Amino acid sequence: MSAFGEAIVYLNDPFNWTRRGGILELLGEHLAISVVAVLAAWVIAFPVAVALGASGRGGAAVVVVSNVSRAVPTLALLTLFAVSPIGFGNRATTIALTVFAIPPILANSYVGVRGVDADVREAARAMGMTRSQVIRRVDLPLALPLIMAGLRTATVQVVATASLAALVGGGGLGRLVRLGFGQQDYGLIIAGALLIAVLAVFTELVLVLLSWAVTPGPRRLPWAGRRADTAAVVPEPTAAGVPL
Amino acid sequence: MLSAVASAPGGTLSAADAAPNPWFDPSYVSENWDTILRYLAEHVRLTVGAVVLGALIALPLALVARRSRYLAGSVLAVSTIVYTIPSLAMFAFIFPFTGLSAATVLIGLVAYSLVILVRNFLTGLLGVPDDVREAARGMGYGPVRLFWRIELPLALPAFMAGLRMAAVSTVALTTVGVLVGHGGLGQLIFGGFNANFYRAEIVTGAVGCVLLALVADVLLAGVERLVTPWARAGRG
Repeated sequence: MSAFGEAIVYLNDPFNWTRRGGILELLGEHLAISVVAVLAAWVIAFPVAVALGASGRGGAAVVVVSNVSRAVPTLALLTLFAVSPIGFGNRATTIALTVFAIPPILANSYVGVRGVDADVREAARAMGMTRSQVIRRVDLPLALPLIMAGLRTATVQVVATASLAALVGGGGLGRLVRLGFGQQDYGLIIAGALLIAVLAVFTELVLVLLSWAVTPGPRRLPWAGRRADTAAVVPEPTAAGVPL
Repeated sequence: MLSAVASAPGGTLSAADAAPNPWFDPSYVSENWDTILRYLAEHVRLTVGAVVLGALIALPLALVARRSRYLAGSVLAVSTIVYTIPSLAMFAFIFPFTGLSAATVLIGLVAYSLVILVRNFLTGLLGVPDDVREAARGMGYGPVRLFWRIELPLALPAFMAGLRMAAVSTVALTTVGVLVGHGGLGQLIFGGFNANFYRAEIVTGAVGCVLLALVADVLLAGVERLVTPWARAGRG
């Protein structure tokens, strides 16, 4: 267990956080890459998903994209972009992560908008709403829980996968683990792993709170008391619920 | 740092592009066939081992967890946390105990396939209607026969969906095992990157992974058809 003790010692040294190339700098790099990748994926995938969902077309294509993406190892895509003419580094990492963030956003938003009750939509039309009003004021609020689930999956996935970039010359917190292996420093390996794991769990928590805050209607935090029926215990369907 | 070195004034990699470096090269595959097969075999061993061990642990866990809402809730909570731990961190956590061995990768992969399978097994078991269970008990089924003859067949689609998901994601995750030198086909991806960005080797590893995931999925879909003949009869 001495490796874990060494990790605590490493993490307790302020210099390890503040120096050049230290934890804070790597964390900043990690977060910057992740935020840009998620935003880019959102800008690309969300309008497409809403347009497809509202028109009810392209369902098969969305399913195929989301299934095939699951079979492609994240490490493979990161490496492929790193050896492309883009060159390895943060730009290649960001592009690879964007590609990975698109399927969950696309699939969940599509399913959410597609699942809006046709009667509700028809009633909105009958009340004189234009097509864009129906999308903005009926489709999107009703689809919001699934849209947010997609955003959450994509964000956690990107934050987790960004740590792999260090294996192929990218930046971020994965650097610490890579450096630890290079220097045979078990404490550094565990310290890096702890930071990566905590960051991923923290991201998940923040996104759960965010979805709770923006979802209209009656809402419950996931860890608040559940109803008595057994249906509440059945795991929620996760569109891309796979480890990273 | 590294990126600064990589982006020369021209904005592209000069060293890597100086020599011809095709994305795909059949001669690489034929000349290194033995190496590829060795890594493929390791990849298959790790994947099969992780899914089988995961299933063997997940089934009793799911059977115990469904007995109370409290247990089911805690199993799901723990599985959500394990889900969220990135694979790089997972392998790094196990590394001090098992070192640079295939066991490090296997333990990590079992943990991941376990949490996928336990969720799906639980979904399947909770999905069996209470009326059906009641009727079977009324007909004199004991707990063991009830499980084998009634609950297992009804929960089978959810079980198989879990197995397929676990297999496909395990194939992808195994590549991260390069961290401890046992990444199966991931070794080709990582090796190619370190061998001066040798694209043919990287693409061979990547395509191999995708094909392996596809084969695993198709095989398990075939097994699902075989073990649920009634589903086919209903459709036909």
